[in-house]
Amino acid sequence: MSEIKTTTVEVRLPSRMGFEKVAMSTASAVAKLMGFPEERVEDLKTAVAEACINAIEHGNRLNEKLSVGVVLSASVDSLEVKVIDDGKGMSKKQAKPDIDRKMHGEEDPRGMGMFLIQALVDEAEWVAGSEGRASYVRLVIRLDKDA
Amino acid sequence: MQSETKSRVDQLTSPAGHAVTVLRFEGDIASTSKEAVLGAYQALPKGTIKQVLLDFTKVDYINSSGIALVIQLLMEAANAGQKVYAFGLSAHFTKVFTMVGITKYAGLFPGQTEALAAL
Repeated sequence: MSEIKTTTVEVRLPSRMGFEKVAMSTASAVAKLMGFPEERVEDLKTAVAEACINAIEHGNRLNEKLSVGVVLSASVDSLEVKVIDDGKGMSKKQAKPDIDRKMHGEEDPRGMGMFLIQALVDEAEWVAGSEGRASYVRLVIRLDKDA
Repeated sequence: MQSETKSRVDQLTSPAGHAVTVLRFEGDIASTSKEAVLGAYQALPKGTIKQVLLDFTKVDYINSSGIALVIQLLMEAANAGQKVYAFGLSAHFTKVFTMVGITKYAGLFPGQTEALAAL
C-alpha cells in the first residue's frame, strides 16, 4: 500500500484586520505549487480571507493578544486549510444572502463571509472547540485531474 | 496592512450623448474603505446625476465588508433614482459579484469603452 504524503505549512496571524492577506498569499503560493489552476487559486484566496476575517473579528474579537492559526495541509490531490481562533465557534450557519432584502434595508448588507466560503471551496465545516477555545473552520479544495 | 483605498471622480459623456459620472477606485476595498467608497459617492452633487459608473480596474482585493459597502452605495443610488454600472472587475470578482446578486442592481462590463457604449 502506498503511503499518502502530506506537507504542512503553518502561519500565525495577529488578530488585526488586514493580516488575512498574509494567509491569502501563503495559501496562494501553496496552491500554485500543487498545480491548481488560477481560477481555483482565486477562489481559495477569497475563502481563506473570509475565514481569517471571521476568526479575527468574531472569534478573537480583534484582541491582538490572541492569534489566528492557519494550517495548510497539502496532499496529492487536495489542499486542506484550517483557520483556528480562540472563539466559541459559529453557533448557527448564516442564511444565503438575499440581495433584494439587502437592497430594501431588510437584511444587513454585511454577513456574506460564510456564504462565500461555502460557495468557493469543495468542502467547508465549522467546528466548535472544547471549552469555548480553539474553534476552527476547515476548508478543502481538490485538484480535478479531469479539468 | 490593507492598502489605502483611493477614489476620484471623472465626468464623461457616452457615445449616445449621456452625461456619466465615473467613480474610480484604487487599492483594497474592505471595512476601512467606507470614506473612499460611500463618502466619495455621497459627495457627488445631488439631483443632477442620472448614471454612475464604478471603475474597479485598479482594485486587487475586495472582501465581504467591501462588497457590503458597494451594496450600500447601490441602495443609496436606487433611492436617488440613479442607475449604477461597473467595469474593470477581474474574472474572479465578476463571479463573486454575480454570486451575491449585485448584477441584479448594477450592470457589469469588462471595460470603460464597453460600459459607455451601452449607456
